[in-house]
Amino acid sequence: MLRLTSVEASYGPVKALRGVSLHVEEGEIVTLIGANGAGKSTTLEVISGLIRAGSGEILFDGEVATNWPPSQLVRAGMCHVPEGREVFGSMSVTDNLLLGAYARRGRKARSEVLDDMEQQFERFPVLAERRDQLATSLSGGEQQMLALARGLMSRPKLLMLDEPSLGLAPIIVQRFFAEIEALRNEGLTVLLVEQNARAALRIADRGYVLETGRIVLDGTARDLLENPEVRRAYLGKGYKEVWE
Amino acid sequence: MAAETVPEPDEHAEVRATARRRRAENIQLLCFFVLVALIPIFVRNPFHLHILIFIGLNLMLTVGLNLLMGYAGQVSLGHAAFYGLGAYTSGILTATYGWNPWLGMLAGLVLTCIVAWLVGKPTLHLKGHYLAMATLGVGIIVHVVFRQWTPVTGGSAGLTEIPSMTLFGYEITSRMHVQYYYFVWAWVALTMVLCANLVVSRPGRALRALHDSELAAQTLGIATSRYKVRVFVLTAAFASIAGTLYAHSSMRFLSPTPFDFHTSIALLVMVVLGGAGTLWGPVLGTLTVTALHEVLRPYTNWDIVIYGLILMVLMIAMPGGLSRAFGSIWGWITRLAGRGERDDT
Repeated sequence: MLRLTSVEASYGPVKALRGVSLHVEEGEIVTLIGANGAGKSTTLEVISGLIRAGSGEILFDGEVATNWPPSQLVRAGMCHVPEGREVFGSMSVTDNLLLGAYARRGRKARSEVLDDMEQQFERFPVLAERRDQLATSLSGGEQQMLALARGLMSRPKLLMLDEPSLGLAPIIVQRFFAEIEALRNEGLTVLLVEQNARAALRIADRGYVLETGRIVLDGTARDLLENPEVRRAYLGKGYKEVWE
Repeated sequence: MAAETVPEPDEHAEVRATARRRRAENIQLLCFFVLVALIPIFVRNPFHLHILIFIGLNLMLTVGLNLLMGYAGQVSLGHAAFYGLGAYTSGILTATYGWNPWLGMLAGLVLTCIVAWLVGKPTLHLKGHYLAMATLGVGIIVHVVFRQWTPVTGGSAGLTEIPSMTLFGYEITSRMHVQYYYFVWAWVALTMVLCANLVVSRPGRALRALHDSELAAQTLGIATSRYKVRVFVLTAAFASIAGTLYAHSSMRFLSPTPFDFHTSIALLVMVVLGGAGTLWGPVLGTLTVTALHEVLRPYTNWDIVIYGLILMVLMIAMPGGLSRAFGSIWGWITRLAGRGERDDT
């Protein structure tokens, strides 16, 4: 589905990614964990075309998609839900969802988009109740759901989530991650960037650990959860599960 | 997610809601323009009609700026320059070279759009308010050209003997200004209807989205900087047409003064005062500021101080502008009325 080969990117003179290679197979949940500033968000932004890759190659769905414009990637089936939710606050829930389908055009697309919106409302009943409310009036958890539903409106093959647990109560995080698992079971491929390493590794099939722009560790989620290095650095000694 | 009651999925209710909103706005616009069309029956004083023509021209500028500020989230400090480019291009071509005013309008439009594109293209790709800085510079440069390029623009003395506009071979001119009033307001109507429909269309939704979160808009495949450039050029085009209409009004005279920095600021004040990002904001703002300008006429040079004061007081008292303040007062009244009715029954 997605394969990065020695991708490099920089902000001006500052190198953010120093040769990142990773791959996500169809139907997998793959998580990318790491500390603040490790380059997790940058990796997603390079994949979704928001930042140019200086070198390296990105394969998406069998095609070389390095430095494609975001619109083309969205049409090809890539969806990036950015960090911090970034809902369109001054617009209604409905308008937010319609914008999620922005890249889908044409006569037939119109009624399909409206059908998909009803589907999202069935999936997230809270959003259905608030369909005419401004997005800014939603709670943090509801906004995160809206951001996810908005992303799904583009009918993605690959869903990339950037820190969906940020600022959410543990119980909400648990529900949200259960939703991601449900989506995977429906056939969606997921690339999940998280600082909440434990929660992410719990639902993921495989994981990568990113440190200062490099992949330092990779393996199955189970192996990573038990890896002493990961436990020390990202899970915390004697850390108790809050939402078990 | 939570197993709560699912509201009956009303099929395509969203489409109907949007259509309803659009219809309501179109009815409001229609009422407004019927009122505008009736005014000359009651207002016979040429001076008053002249002011009303001016309000119309300002409205073409503020409706455009409203689109840029309220929807695309960008500020232009040089709209008076685009206004002036439309005026001077057509003025010079018709007065000096004997062109048809319509061709003059077209030439002004092309020139203005090119200048706006050259300014907007590089600055709108950057994050932050670089457009404001760039347009501030362009505004000053263009004004200096109008003032100093005496052989062509007439300099401070101005450009005289600009011919009237023609429509189907018929000259739109009269001592009483009535014909020109209708001509200008027809353009205003065109501008406002275009903007009102643009805002609720797919590109309009994209514009509002990039105002809220540019990052999210990009991730959804919206070419944000291209949209911003297009809107900026479109608003410059409105300003240019307004300028041409100004040049061919009954004054038949152009001087650099109306196209200076003061005008750009006054236009911003109108938009902010009325409420950026609303349909009626620019109308309320333009009417209020133009009326104020007439009242403050004896105190010239103080007007900019008073504009500044108004802006400061407004930002504190009603940051949403007049139209939103009226909206909430209206909502408050209807709620009160509603409560009263319920008490009666």
